[in-house]
Amino acid sequence: MNDHLLSLMTFFPLVGMLIILFLPREADRLIKTVTLVVTIIVFFISLPLAFDDVFATSSAMHYTEFVNWISVGDYFQMNYNVGIDGISLWLVLLTTFIMPIAILSTWHAIDKNTKGFMALALLLETGMLGAFISLDLFLFYVFWELMLVPMYFMIGIWGGKNRIYAAVKFFIFTAVGSLLMLVAIIYVYYYSVQAGVPFENGFSVVHFAQMDIPAHLQTWLFAAFAFSFAIKVPMFPVHTWLPDAHTEAPTAGSVILAAILLKMGTYGYVRFAIPLFPEATMQFTPFLALLAVIGIIYGALVAMMQDDVKKLVAYSSVSHLGFVMLGVFAMNLQGLSGGLLQMINHGISTGALFLIVGFLYERRHTRLIADFGGLSKVMPVFATIFLIVTFSSIGLPGTNGFVGEFLILVGAFESELRIFTVFATTGVILAAVYMLWMFQRVMMGKVTNPKNENLKDLSAREVTIMMPLLIFIFWIGIYPNTFLDKMTPALENMIKQVKGKQQIAMMVEDMDQTVTQVTVND
Amino acid sequence: MYDKLWLIPFFPLLGAIINGLLGKRFIKNEKVIGAIGTGMLFLSFLVSCKYFIQLLGDSVKSHQNVIASWMSVGKLQVDWGFLLDPLSALMIMVVTGVGTLIHLYSIGYMHGEEGFYRYFSYLNLFVFSMLMLVLGNNALVMFVGWEGVGLCSYLLIGYYFEKKSAGDAAKKAFVMNRVGDFGFLLGLFTLFWALGSHGVWTINFVEITENAHLLSGDMILGASVTTVATLCFFLGATGKSAQLPLFTWLPDAMEGPTPVSALIHAATMVTAGVYMIGRMNILFAMSPTTMFVVALVGALTAIFAATIGFAQNDIKRVLAYSTVSQLGFMFVAMGVGAFTAGIFHLMTHAFFKACLFLGSGSVIHAMHHALHHAHLDDDAQDMRNMGGLRKKMPITWATFGISCLAISGLPFFSGFFSKDEILWWAFASTRGNKVIWVIVVVAAFMTAFYMFRCLYMTFYGEQKTNPKAKDHVHESPWVITLPLVVLAGLATVGGLIGIPHAIDIAHVGNKLNAFLAPVFHHSQELYKIEAHGSASTEIILMVFSVAIALAGIGFATVMYMKDPSLPGKFTAKFPTLHRVVFNKWYVDEIYDTLFVNSTKKLGIFCWKGFDVKVVDGIVNGIAKLVGALSSVLRYTQSGLFTNYALTMVLGTVVMLAIFILN
Repeated sequence: MNDHLLSLMTFFPLVGMLIILFLPREADRLIKTVTLVVTIIVFFISLPLAFDDVFATSSAMHYTEFVNWISVGDYFQMNYNVGIDGISLWLVLLTTFIMPIAILSTWHAIDKNTKGFMALALLLETGMLGAFISLDLFLFYVFWELMLVPMYFMIGIWGGKNRIYAAVKFFIFTAVGSLLMLVAIIYVYYYSVQAGVPFENGFSVVHFAQMDIPAHLQTWLFAAFAFSFAIKVPMFPVHTWLPDAHTEAPTAGSVILAAILLKMGTYGYVRFAIPLFPEATMQFTPFLALLAVIGIIYGALVAMMQDDVKKLVAYSSVSHLGFVMLGVFAMNLQGLSGGLLQMINHGISTGALFLIVGFLYERRHTRLIADFGGLSKVMPVFATIFLIVTFSSIGLPGTNGFVGEFLILVGAFESELRIFTVFATTGVILAAVYMLWMFQRVMMGKVTNPKNENLKDLSAREVTIMMPLLIFIFWIGIYPNTFLDKMTPALENMIKQVKGKQQIAMMVEDMDQTVTQVTVND
Repeated sequence: MYDKLWLIPFFPLLGAIINGLLGKRFIKNEKVIGAIGTGMLFLSFLVSCKYFIQLLGDSVKSHQNVIASWMSVGKLQVDWGFLLDPLSALMIMVVTGVGTLIHLYSIGYMHGEEGFYRYFSYLNLFVFSMLMLVLGNNALVMFVGWEGVGLCSYLLIGYYFEKKSAGDAAKKAFVMNRVGDFGFLLGLFTLFWALGSHGVWTINFVEITENAHLLSGDMILGASVTTVATLCFFLGATGKSAQLPLFTWLPDAMEGPTPVSALIHAATMVTAGVYMIGRMNILFAMSPTTMFVVALVGALTAIFAATIGFAQNDIKRVLAYSTVSQLGFMFVAMGVGAFTAGIFHLMTHAFFKACLFLGSGSVIHAMHHALHHAHLDDDAQDMRNMGGLRKKMPITWATFGISCLAISGLPFFSGFFSKDEILWWAFASTRGNKVIWVIVVVAAFMTAFYMFRCLYMTFYGEQKTNPKAKDHVHESPWVITLPLVVLAGLATVGGLIGIPHAIDIAHVGNKLNAFLAPVFHHSQELYKIEAHGSASTEIILMVFSVAIALAGIGFATVMYMKDPSLPGKFTAKFPTLHRVVFNKWYVDEIYDTLFVNSTKKLGIFCWKGFDVKVVDGIVNGIAKLVGALSSVLRYTQSGLFTNYALTMVLGTVVMLAIFILN
């Protein structure tokens, strides 16, 4: 089974989607149950990956599958080429882990056209898993675009009041980005053919290290990739689609968007943009680190002033993902491990926060902070869970958020980005400000609004949804080695390759300068 | 063998989990919940005693107990590990000892509270965090405790979460502490990187101490690395230990239940900054600049907080400012290199200040019941509603009085020895400074004054309680008075472990000095930190400081016992001064304007100014442009044959024209 584990995992949701399409439209509960069962099965299919120790010792791609898809001549191939390594491992598992939780959260929240929603959710899962396991650039692009469509409809059909505006904005931002990336991908293929590099089993991620794209070309190609990924992350200043998309999306959509879709951007940098264009990466690092730090502070400041809980959480994502980007561009083991871990952490904590906002919304049909207050008194269980998630988001030691942030900051401080780190660390203060202020206004004080007096505490289903997330909040906080150990070999290998090329490039530049100087002196 | 050190923090953690998860639904019974909370801590105290005694008889004074790896990422290896040496041994004794007493006291004080289980769960969690802080063998485990106590402080200050003031105070405490934590983290990054550049990648305290000498001569940003790192760490200390400029959260923290103020905001958590400097004393010793800053900040805080203590009428607020001020004394000690004296004062302060807070709690408890009984809304914490309680609450009065004598530094009470050692070092140390000595002496005078003011207003003179409630004020039950008696006893004799050489007639020796020497002696010797002067000078200074304390008490006696109209006359004469001091020098208001409001304005600007106007403006602008262009282009696609024909003809003409003209 291991030979086709990845394909089975990726396409099983499509099977589920087919089943659903044959179910009657009115069978609301049945459709939800089938979807839930399918996503749980997918999770169990992916689970052996978590226990495979090969990732802790080897940096290579594992569980690889290869089928030739389109061939033009000998060199120009597009292949179904998939595999998994320590970089994509936990993102894949995060996806299969979050999906059942997201589906379970729709139990009462989605009541119109359930069939369509569930079918799209399953299609989305295939898209996301496919993107994480693609080794072929074109295949990645196909899955990348595949994710866009279901999310667009999720927001546009099941969203809130301004859903059309939000959906169109989401689509335009992401589509502009992807088009630029497509052009760049075509050029990279063109170049790989031009350079006449014969690649066994087609051109793929594993060959990036052998590519030698001239520096001036790298600049442009990196810019195209980077722009596309930056929109997805989202980085300041192309982040404005996110708050709208999040506020309008239904809870399940927000959870998936925050937990997984946003990771496509940061993952894209680590998997594609940086290894393909090491020299351009070097050029762009200060600029992107600057944007990351601005994002950290800016996102936090704007989050602080929001009057809508969901928008607050959305802006906090801008801040958190700024940390991830800083860690990635620190280009050392601590920074990258921290960045990768923080992607998982953000998925768990922010996913949990969106679920919490969803619980509130289902009860009161409002998300305005001012409509709440004093809920600790009426909903003690909810209060406890909310508190834990809040402090995980703030990054309290002992929770997941701390480990990620700490590794990122330690890594960045060791690297060239030392001064950026000092500013980024202020994010630690600001996170406490905006989260605790919100928590105080929603949960503490007296119940002033009579509508809040008789709110029901969390149901067994809702506690069940939160429990797995809470477990991982503490697990990653107390023993992150479970996760870090399996990232290390792949990251070390990548750093070695990228740094190696960067050093050569710097030496060449030094030599050029010397030659120029000598010429001038003559 | 020291392989069961982990049991010390484990017991309170277990207590927190049991009461937190089961307290509300399953245990319910207050007695059982209280017994679990207190019992777990007592077990931890017993284990601490065992290890303390074991360490006393051991020739090796530093023992580590590593449980597991926490983070392992290349060069960065962090363990869940503990370190027992004389410094942490002393701290665990204070934390678990005083902690147990305060837990016991809480059973009586919190009786009948709805959130009884929650209270005990938080309190246990606090002690767990505090023990992690003092026992951690590396800076990151210490940081777990460091932030953990901040979290528990947040939870306990906000215990009465329905009160807005409690919620505000809790948030303020956590955020201000986070400002300090920002410093702590930067210090840690600097240290890790700087040691790493010498090939030593570590944050383990023992290894830091062994390798600190590598850093001498290293520079960063034009200053020495040790100065930058220690200044960052000290910023962390000012947050946690409520020093200038981050002290304003502590007085507000009095919103929490009184035993919490005693445990967290007097005896243990707020001393974490002092402990941290003690733990990294070698780094501080390497930077005379930082040490001077520490001493100066400490001295200024000591005197500044004391002035505010003059004008407060809320009994807990007086004690809160007194705590800020006393912490200033401890930082002076650390800053002038009197590490032992700083830790000594930390310990004696834990005794007498916990006793004072618990005493005030006993009074508030009694007042509250009396006022409640008479259905009155008077403030149970306002000293102007008290007076004359000496006869009604004799045990509380006696223990409070003893602690006042101790904090004022009257001979042979515990505070005398520790405060005197600080003053002596400030005067005579190689890192000392006469100006700082003068400031601290003045602060000591003020301490004696405002503490006796507090004593007199509460326990002496006429009882000013509303007549309806007056006779319902009674002494508290034994669970409350027993801890008071024990703490008062410690406040009396606790100083005898640190008798200064100059007056050591019986030649018992300075036990504390000898005990802590393995931790502090190395850096003091290496960087030539010592207090030198003749025994006669030391004795003269000692007599002088006693005279100062007596003068403070004397002034208070005149103003609040002999002629109670004097304070009124004084405030009438200097109304502005009184108003400024009464309003705490308007520091809160200044911070609000400078930081809080400007940050909010910046947030609004980023959101409504930049996000909405600039970014979305550009995006929407492009969309509109595309829309406009397409509506123009739409005319070309009209579908009318004549239009197409016309366009074709025009095109042909233009092309011909170009061809001919070329």
